[in-house]
Amino acid sequence: MAEREAENDMAEPRVTLENVSKSFVLHLMGSTRLDVVSDVSFSIADGCCTVLGGPSGAGKSSILKMIYGNYRVDSGRILVRDAATTVDVATAAPRAILRLRATTIGYVSQFLRVIPRVSALDIVAGHGLEDGAANLARARTLLRHLSVPERLWALPPATFSGGEQQRVNIACGFMALKPVLLLDEPTASLDDRNRDAVVELIEDRRRAGAAIIAIFHDAALRERLADDVVDVTRHAAAVKETAHE
Amino acid sequence: MTGATDISRLASDEPLVEVAGITKYYGERRGCEDVSFDVYPGEVLAVVGESGSGKSTLLNVLSTALEPTTGEVRYRLRDSTMRSLFAMSEAERRVLMRTDWGFVHQDPAQGLRMSVSAGANVGERLMAVGERHYGRLRAAATDWLARVEIAADRIDDAPRTFSGGMRQRLQIARNLVSGPRLVFMDEPTGGLDVSVQARLLDLLRTLVADLGLSAVIVTHDLAVARLLSHRILVMRDGRVIESGLTDQVLDDPAASYTQLLVASVLQV
Repeated sequence: MAEREAENDMAEPRVTLENVSKSFVLHLMGSTRLDVVSDVSFSIADGCCTVLGGPSGAGKSSILKMIYGNYRVDSGRILVRDAATTVDVATAAPRAILRLRATTIGYVSQFLRVIPRVSALDIVAGHGLEDGAANLARARTLLRHLSVPERLWALPPATFSGGEQQRVNIACGFMALKPVLLLDEPTASLDDRNRDAVVELIEDRRRAGAAIIAIFHDAALRERLADDVVDVTRHAAAVKETAHE
Repeated sequence: MTGATDISRLASDEPLVEVAGITKYYGERRGCEDVSFDVYPGEVLAVVGESGSGKSTLLNVLSTALEPTTGEVRYRLRDSTMRSLFAMSEAERRVLMRTDWGFVHQDPAQGLRMSVSAGANVGERLMAVGERHYGRLRAAATDWLARVEIAADRIDDAPRTFSGGMRQRLQIARNLVSGPRLVFMDEPTGGLDVSVQARLLDLLRTLVADLGLSAVIVTHDLAVARLLSHRILVMRDGRVIESGLTDQVLDDPAASYTQLLVASVLQV
């Protein structure tokens, strides 16, 4: 029985998008409608890395934001398997989404949102799920791994350089070991050494069984990490063609 | 990601407060109309909107300072029974306000006794629930002054002698000392200098998370809402025009008015 359950876990996708569509209506600009993505469907299993491809503006970041519950979904379903249940982020109550974020979905956005007066170390540690001391220890390990100079740890990151802020942001995303990891260009403003440090973190999480959905601008990185590439534009176009038949 | 993402305490599925169809008219003039929402334990709800949007009316109804024209507010007592606030006696409501609730006013002079010492201001709510032991009152006051970053040697000074930021921090200590489950805040950072505001926000964020408080915060400042709240209600002309997860409403506003509010924030 236990074995079969384990098997089901392997087979059942961790995250499934079904016909997800999203547009923005800009009321301040004469209610202009901007179609962001239409009819996106894909799924990802534990221990896999799916990379979202397509040109800039294709809606890759918007897809990550919808999975995280940060953007609303106009139609379709986004099913995320939690420990106990499967949640449709597209229709879930705010509390269910917050719970999912706390237990299941980690997200590294492109920019760090700083909190006034809070030090880099405390911001990172604040993303941990363990007790205070364990969180601080892991935060130090991550900041060191990402070469954030130790003299900066006690300072609020508002005045850090773009690359330093990005690395603090990455450290936040890797603090809690959650089953789903969303990465939005995590290496965009990093040099080679730091890029490799991030790649190591990603590979660690994948080995540990996390389902990773990522955007990388760097083709070499895509080659190296992707088990699967979902081309957001082509995918949407292909579905449109079928719809015309 | 907001500063308010620690919601491990949101496990309970039973709301602490249920607001059902609250409408308040001042004669012919509408204060708020048909407002409904729940607040869960450990949840921070921000009510945003411009002056005159009805957000202060709503807060005053929730905290029973105003009786609604129609509608009901139900509150879960510590024994888990749900009671309709306006069906309770005046005396029952007073007990609730002294023990279970806090109210942080924009103007600290409204929430403090300006001519008695800081220590007495903090100790008053404990005395109201029966604490008479001077040593324990003094110890609680000392502890709470430290938690809101007021130097211990100011304990015998009256808040009249305090700066605006210190007064506001003292008001927070005075409210939280009795271990309330629900705190109402009306523009808690309004009228403060930005550096003072940042310190207060950081303090509020930490205290609310550490204590697992539920809070309803009225603010016109979207940055304050983003930093402190899990969920947001946007009000205009007395009605709730949009609500949802705070970062969703602020990053993907649907209503025309919310888009205008978000677009009007100055970036630094």
